[in-house]
Amino acid sequence: MFALQPTASAVIGVGQVRALATSALSASSWFSHVEEAPKDPILGITEAFLKDKNPAKINLGVGAYRDDEGRPVVLPSVREAERRIAGSHFMEYLPIGGLKDFVAESVKLAYGETSPVVASGQVAAVQSLSGTGSCRLFADFQKRYMPKSKIYIPVPTWANHHNIWADAGVPQATYRYYKPETRGLDFDGLREDIMAAPSGSVFLLHACAHNPTGVDPTTEQWREISRLMRDKGHFPFFDMAYQGFASGDCERDAQSIRIFLADGHRLGCSQSYAKNMGLYGQRVGAFSLVTDSAKEASAVESQMKRIARPMYSNPP
Amino acid sequence: MLALAAIRSTRAAAATSWVVSLTSFRARFAGLLSTQTQMQRSAGTSAWENIAQAPPDAILAIGDAWRADPDPRKINLGVGAYRTAEGKPLVLNVVRKAEAALAADPTANKEYLGITGDPTFCKLAREMAFGAGSAAVQEGRITTVQGLSGTGSLRVGAEFLATHYPVKTVFIPNPSWPTHRAIFTRAGMTVKEYRYFQPATRGLDYEGLMADIGNAEPGSVVVLHACAHNPTGVDPTPEQWRGILGVCAQRKLLPFFDSAYQGFASGDLEADAAAIRMCAAMPGQEMLLAQSFAKNMGLYGERVGALSVVCASKAVAARVEGQLKLVIRPMYSNPPRHGAEIAARVLGSPALFEEWKDELRGMAGRIKEMRAALRGALEARGAPGDWSFITRQIGMFTYTGLTRPQCELLTNKHHIYLTMDGRISMAGLNAAGAQYLADAIVDALRSAAPASPRL
Repeated sequence: MFALQPTASAVIGVGQVRALATSALSASSWFSHVEEAPKDPILGITEAFLKDKNPAKINLGVGAYRDDEGRPVVLPSVREAERRIAGSHFMEYLPIGGLKDFVAESVKLAYGETSPVVASGQVAAVQSLSGTGSCRLFADFQKRYMPKSKIYIPVPTWANHHNIWADAGVPQATYRYYKPETRGLDFDGLREDIMAAPSGSVFLLHACAHNPTGVDPTTEQWREISRLMRDKGHFPFFDMAYQGFASGDCERDAQSIRIFLADGHRLGCSQSYAKNMGLYGQRVGAFSLVTDSAKEASAVESQMKRIARPMYSNPP
Repeated sequence: MLALAAIRSTRAAAATSWVVSLTSFRARFAGLLSTQTQMQRSAGTSAWENIAQAPPDAILAIGDAWRADPDPRKINLGVGAYRTAEGKPLVLNVVRKAEAALAADPTANKEYLGITGDPTFCKLAREMAFGAGSAAVQEGRITTVQGLSGTGSLRVGAEFLATHYPVKTVFIPNPSWPTHRAIFTRAGMTVKEYRYFQPATRGLDYEGLMADIGNAEPGSVVVLHACAHNPTGVDPTPEQWRGILGVCAQRKLLPFFDSAYQGFASGDLEADAAAIRMCAAMPGQEMLLAQSFAKNMGLYGERVGALSVVCASKAVAARVEGQLKLVIRPMYSNPPRHGAEIAARVLGSPALFEEWKDELRGMAGRIKEMRAALRGALEARGAPGDWSFITRQIGMFTYTGLTRPQCELLTNKHHIYLTMDGRISMAGLNAAGAQYLADAIVDALRSAAPASPRL
């Protein structure tokens, strides 16, 4: 045991502390074994673009909207909304689950204003840090409450999906999605993989504007996917990052979710407002789960918050 | 990357859980692959029907109860946010100015920040904490990433340590901000406590502290509140800091400072960073620092903070930064820009920075006045006990030493809302409130069971 008398230590001068430190430590670091991390495959492209001196350079890696002059766009409606609230609000903490009005409106946007599950209060939902934050909350939730399940991820998908579920400790599998020969959907492969997955598997679905392929199932194909997943008892989790941005029509872009709801699925959804509202760096999103009742939604929401609290306490 | 994912998966699977859930929580990475249970479930039945309602957050529940109370005398002493004498939240003048400038800036946009956030903000936050002239800063040995206020910065640091640091034990003071335990536990570390608060003196249990960290497994992480300890308000003296950091060096412990009140505690940015700077000045000393700008810049809900890792060399710091990015990217990709841009403008403009220091002195000054007012009011009433600790403690919170029954009486009879550990937020007081509170405390001491404070 290291015995240090309080009175003695009270008069240790800085010089003596330095002497102690020098003798106790070598020059080595606790972190010298830490390896160089690989560059993020997507964000690394922009870094390389910025370094390139060639005037003809074009950046086609960027996942953010650009106008015809290649400039970022802040939507006029967003500027107006900002103007209306600027200088008038305090910066108090939001509740752990975020801004209630925002969450309620977000759920209506995704599921439909007149959707029965919305009216009955069956949807558990919290504000989250854009799409990434929503997916991570769900992945942590899945790990805790569906501990025997795997996440099935389409091939290909947004690269960060794999990182998110890996960091949550959820085992991953993949399902066929893209067919290079046709540059279209590998519908047969997709159906086979749904059938082959053990009942109760969690499937990650891109609600619209699949990233990175741009290939979406047709309405009929979505209906069949929904039916197959219902028959197998799978859990559908929608990542919706482009509602309204894909076709220009919010209702049309959410049709996959609406089809699944009509089939009685109890599904989950990650919503991002990065692209469709141009709010990118403000990190605005929502994570929701359809439950069986308002009471269950309350319990589920309380547990969503329990995951959020030790991650960031409350959202921006 | 796969190896890392495997490590993190295994670690996450091994993390202890405090969740009150009816479903068992035994799945481990390898186990899952081989023992997949067939869950026969048709669409229409919920996957969540066994989920239990989590208890409400104890601290936030106080605010809810206060809001619901119709009694006009009610006082909210549970609030962890600054309030003016009128009981209103405060947006600092410098923040309003910075925000207005930002709104008027034609080059401003809402593009994604990089994973590590606003580089100007990170640099200025680092310099504010460590001092621009510090050797560690000058030598480029500190990597700083923007984080989601204090909580998010601590979590990213905890996840990084759980993956890359060989010792998985972290010591937090007893008592500490409750979320510390949750953060480190979620990250997969083992949380232990070191003695800190001395109920008899309502001061620091220095001997206990030194004994506990002196016994810590070498290499253990030690969470230290940089100033204005939450919830007790009790800080070590400079000599005591020298002793504490001396033991850390001797035992090769890794200090992880939590700095949520720099400038807000004493009114002086440099004084409130003295312990951080003392540590960083020790040769070869590595450390972590989580900074929050919630209170000192009033940016609460904007979630502005930073995590700094002080490394032995610049090369190591660069690699550490890359690994921090791998923690952040799958958690939230990149941090929110609005609050960081405001903070960067305040820190980076000489005029705004000076004005900010005035506003800090104003907030800290009002807190100190309230401390003096409460102590004076209690002494004027001849309340039994020594109340000098109220003006000795520092920061927003005071640990009154009131017992649970006494706290309950304060709430039920006098409509004064506080956490049941006897912690009160001085920010919730004004001159009249201090008198009212003193009367209530006298009543509580007289009426409710005075069991020895067991904190």
